[in-house]
Amino acid sequence: MITTALTDLWYGFGVALEPHNLMFCFIGVLVGNMVGVLPGMGPLATISILLPLTFGMKPVAAILMLGGVMYGAQYGGAICSILLNLPCHPPHAVTCLDGFPMTKQGRGGVALGLTVFASFVGASWGITEMIFLSPLLVRAALQFGPTEVCSLMLLGLLAGSTLARGSPIKGVAMTVLGLFLGSVGTDLETGSERYTFGMTELDDGIELIALALGLFGIAEFMNSVNQVAPINTKYTHVTFKDMRPTKADMKQAFFPMWRGTIIGSLCALIPGTGPTIASFVAYATEKKISRHPEKFGTGLIEGVVCPEAATHSSVQGDFIPTMSLGIPGDAVMALLLGALMIQGIVPGPQLISQHPDIFWGLVASFWIGNIMLVLLNVPLIGIWVKMLAIPYKFLYPSAMFFVCIGVYAANNDFFQVGEVVAIGLFGYLLLRLGFHPAPILLGFVLGPRFEENFRRAMLISRGDFGVFVERPISAVFVSLCVILVGSQIYFRLKGVKADLEPADENAIGGRVPTELAAQRIPATPAE
Amino acid sequence: MRPSTSPLRVLMGKRDFYAGGLMLLLGLGIALKGTAYRAGTLMHMGPGFLPTALGVILVLLGIAIAAASLSSAPDEHGDSQKILPENPQWFAWGCILASPVAFIFFGRYFGMAPGTFACVFIAALGDKTATWRGTIILATVVTVFGVGLFSYFLQVPMPIFTWRGGL
Repeated sequence: MITTALTDLWYGFGVALEPHNLMFCFIGVLVGNMVGVLPGMGPLATISILLPLTFGMKPVAAILMLGGVMYGAQYGGAICSILLNLPCHPPHAVTCLDGFPMTKQGRGGVALGLTVFASFVGASWGITEMIFLSPLLVRAALQFGPTEVCSLMLLGLLAGSTLARGSPIKGVAMTVLGLFLGSVGTDLETGSERYTFGMTELDDGIELIALALGLFGIAEFMNSVNQVAPINTKYTHVTFKDMRPTKADMKQAFFPMWRGTIIGSLCALIPGTGPTIASFVAYATEKKISRHPEKFGTGLIEGVVCPEAATHSSVQGDFIPTMSLGIPGDAVMALLLGALMIQGIVPGPQLISQHPDIFWGLVASFWIGNIMLVLLNVPLIGIWVKMLAIPYKFLYPSAMFFVCIGVYAANNDFFQVGEVVAIGLFGYLLLRLGFHPAPILLGFVLGPRFEENFRRAMLISRGDFGVFVERPISAVFVSLCVILVGSQIYFRLKGVKADLEPADENAIGGRVPTELAAQRIPATPAE
Repeated sequence: MRPSTSPLRVLMGKRDFYAGGLMLLLGLGIALKGTAYRAGTLMHMGPGFLPTALGVILVLLGIAIAAASLSSAPDEHGDSQKILPENPQWFAWGCILASPVAFIFFGRYFGMAPGTFACVFIAALGDKTATWRGTIILATVVTVFGVGLFSYFLQVPMPIFTWRGGL
């Protein structure tokens, strides 16, 4: 089994090292890294802006590039957190706690250097996990009929909406809304039009890019405009030389790094718990087992390395369910899956066998991309740091143009640009009402497949709901759903919000002005 | 928040009350419209079945969200019970929403370059520190760069300049 995996991986490197694939992988990580550094732009918005540009590309190159944007942004986000104390991207919010004090002590360069190293270790572990676990999962998943697929999707959707940030019940509401939005347009089986209100442009459904850019682009810009305090660049003078950690630093970082990696990879296996939760759990664990927990928050290396390793290990691990089962864990993965579907590739357990070039090429490109990122981050740190100073007032109008042209280019139609305005306004309303719009995307992408499988399962069972609990594998998924919902209700009634929530809120609220934190974290309203 | 005793008053001051209300209304709309499509039977589901079911679920979730807001202590979330932020940016919001509309109008009738310029220009006006000069420079730079990238490099089929193209 190991030999087959290695042969496949060898083949993957062959795909990923083809010159044009290598080029797009490089463009992806470069853009991702750049955008990750820029305060106020998230990977979701970037991927959706780049999505229309990939239509003319081959599927492999497209997915390599978009994947690169995603993990590249994770590297960049750490720079923003450590040097500016701005949690631009949720997974890095917790890195601010110890990263910024280190910067104040003049050790920001060391923190960055160690972060790059820890990220690489975390990512490598995540990739290894993907190589060996995905084929196993696929083997199990190939036995699934529509009933199992349906209940598995239900589990994925429930986990994605209740375990993510914010109120679980609001998350479920957003998922349901997303499922509904996914049903707009022509019905797959009967061909009748639903919720189009006579607009022929809606026959093909709501445009994925318009939805993503409305919710994570326009709504976010409305949330951040004129709310952003001037950026303090006092501490941002970091050079290549400052980044080299001492031997003592490395020793101090070694075990926390591995603990973070393991926690991250475990979190990746639970659907719905993405990098954000992984980093918070890692930080909390590290603090708990530390011999001097009171020192956390004053600039401890452990507090930087552990969550960063966890983030990266979980980012790579998140690709496992997405690629092998076709069930995305969070909104970014949903978007990548949507990109594959636009390319005409059906996600699901058959993806690895039908399109080995995509899967193994992607895996190999992760490694290549991560090495590129290490090489990019270390010598170019000076350039990234300069980018931090780009003011928001130049950033968002330019981004607005990319939103408009991106949505236009998807279909060469102005109707979708109108769609993005309407969705943006609605998304901002949802943000202000305390909803996190990320699960909408999850529901939207899975919606049509969920409906198809649900109908098929009902047809096979002759309209008997009992089939979901009669078939053993499906019964396991259903009972997991029940446990998930049950535990949420239990915690709610007991008044204990899930372990992470308080840490989460304190972590952000305590360190940076609440308003700022709320505005800067994508998909997070003031809470 | 003003201290008040009437339960309805308390409810009206809560953000989640409106959040739940919005979901309830959306769900009702979805479910009512969904009944216009054929629901079919469980075995042979029509196009209306799932959307209607989702609408009903959304109504129930809306009620639950609104009801849950009753039980939570009013100070649990601090001042975030307000729907509008501390300093509402009506002008900036208007600018951001008007920017794609300007892109549609100018893009359709005058071409990509005017559309881009109008889009960036209007969006940039929303910043409270914006100056006319800075805004024009930014819009020009983005237009030159954007037209170069999208029209020449990526070949997006949209004329750079046209005169009342769509009319």
